Amino acid sequence: MKFNKETFEIIFFARAGQGAKSIAESLAQAAVSEGKFVQAFSFYGPQRSGAPTKAYVKISSNPIRNHEPITDPDVVVVLDDTLVTSEDVGKNITEHESVIVNTRKNEEEIRKSIRDFKGNIKAIDANGIALDTVGIIQPNGVILGKLIGVTEIVKLESVINQFREIFEKKIGVELTQKNILAIERGYDAL
Amino acid sequence: MIPNTKYKIPNTKKVALTGGAASAEALRQINPFVMPVYPITPQTPIIESFAKICADGKADTEIITVESEHSAISAAIGSQAAGVRTVTATSSQGLALMNEILYIASGMRLPIVMLISARALSAPLNIHGDHSDVMGARDTGWIQLFSETVQEVYDNTIIGTKLAEKSELPIMVVMDGFTTSHNVENLELLSDEIVKDFVGEYKNENALLNVDKPVSYGPVALANSYFEFKLDQEKAMDEVVDNCKKVMKEFKEISGRKYNLFEEYHMEDADTVIVVMGATAGTAKDAVDKLRKEGKKVGLLKIKLFRPFPYEAVAKALKNIKSVAVMDRAISSGSMPALYSEINNTLRYADLNDIKINSYVYGLGGRDIFIKDIEGIFNDMMGGKVDKKVRYIK
Repeated sequence: MKFNKETFEIIFFARAGQGAKSIAESLAQAAVSEGKFVQAFSFYGPQRSGAPTKAYVKISSNPIRNHEPITDPDVVVVLDDTLVTSEDVGKNITEHESVIVNTRKNEEEIRKSIRDFKGNIKAIDANGIALDTVGIIQPNGVILGKLIGVTEIVKLESVINQFREIFEKKIGVELTQKNILAIERGYDAL
Repeated sequence: MIPNTKYKIPNTKKVALTGGAASAEALRQINPFVMPVYPITPQTPIIESFAKICADGKADTEIITVESEHSAISAAIGSQAAGVRTVTATSSQGLALMNEILYIASGMRLPIVMLISARALSAPLNIHGDHSDVMGARDTGWIQLFSETVQEVYDNTIIGTKLAEKSELPIMVVMDGFTTSHNVENLELLSDEIVKDFVGEYKNENALLNVDKPVSYGPVALANSYFEFKLDQEKAMDEVVDNCKKVMKEFKEISGRKYNLFEEYHMEDADTVIVVMGATAGTAKDAVDKLRKEGKKVGLLKIKLFRPFPYEAVAKALKNIKSVAVMDRAISSGSMPALYSEINNTLRYADLNDIKINSYVYGLGGRDIFIKDIEGIFNDMMGGKVDKKVRYIK
């Protein structure tokens, strides 16, 4: 991680429908609740379900003025492992930085499939954990937990509070609770 | 999104919202009577957020879902002329489709508030941000107020409502499509009571539905009177500059946020200056900071009020500089870009003939612009690369 940089920058690679935008916004709101400054935005291409999509989050202790897209992320999150080869997920990831991947493959297998990759791979079977906790293959909560566990960019508690605030009205108490469990499982996963 | 339950706090509240949601928040507080609207990307977060607010009973605005933007602006004219506060929102082809009716709104002196998430124009088809749509409507008699940040979108929606009504002219409150409309950023919301008190109750002295005082809107005015109507309208437009200063000053009293017709950033001793509007001003500020650290005397002038263009004030701000680069996010086909032309006019207006000027066009159809691109512009200017041709930052 480049903690020396003023702004911490994250890119999420996902397929439309996997909920990358939701977790990008939950993370941004969690950072705001801790008094930080954020930007959270998505790349808008053809929005058909399953199409490759990107979401960006910037977090800083100071107001963020520039509206550049992120080209040199501090961490990358990949919600679908088929994107590892089709998208440039390892670009500008250095040896102290990580790519977090939702996959059943092992870390070495993923590492080999990214060309000239110098960073770390953090693999997690977010689909499996989601199926176990939420009952559906919706990996976003699990991988959000993992992201917090790897970077500690915000407190887990802040994310859970924000998640509850945003989603309880939308999806009900029971499903929200299950998703929070998924976030916690992701956070605790080694 | 932030749940609505927290809005009862009487002072300011720190949140993070998209530009679209922030303008919808301002609309909730203003609670306009009518909003005729038709969806188009990237204006959708505005109406999507506001429709939800209305469905949740947090505002009682009559949303009319019309069949086109031409109908949206026509219905807005009917409603505002009838005597009630009316808003709408659009982008791109939607604004282009409204074009003939825009002149009717301004000619009838109806202070309609229109939120615009600025986007490229087809063909070829492109849904992303630039200023082509707004520039196409720049001479329609509407006030145009540009926003850099989500905070400014929120503030300009409130300021714009009061400014339009004070000036009896319609206003476009502009945000950059996607870059601002879809970007979650931090902002401070004012309390409902303060905003409601600030904009006050809308009173139209010449309301069409006032049966005690019958009036006509949009009658025929032939060669014997049309000219005078237009001059009266232009007089009202000229007064917008002073009105805008006044409304922004009043806004500072309720918000603590100091705004002007434009923002000056490190202009105090600047030799080389960039003039720009909208979201790119934030990126340009970082470029200014970077070059200032290297001891370069660079500055930024961010235009907020584009129509009417405040020539006198801009000339005063530019009078001591050596060179200026103007960044436009739209092409004026067959002509020089719009903002560049205005800065050129400004230099002539004040006889500032020694100031060198360059034109740059950037960001068409959502093309990204980086701090290093803006540094490159400053370096062109400082290195004497100044001529009469338009440069394109691709």
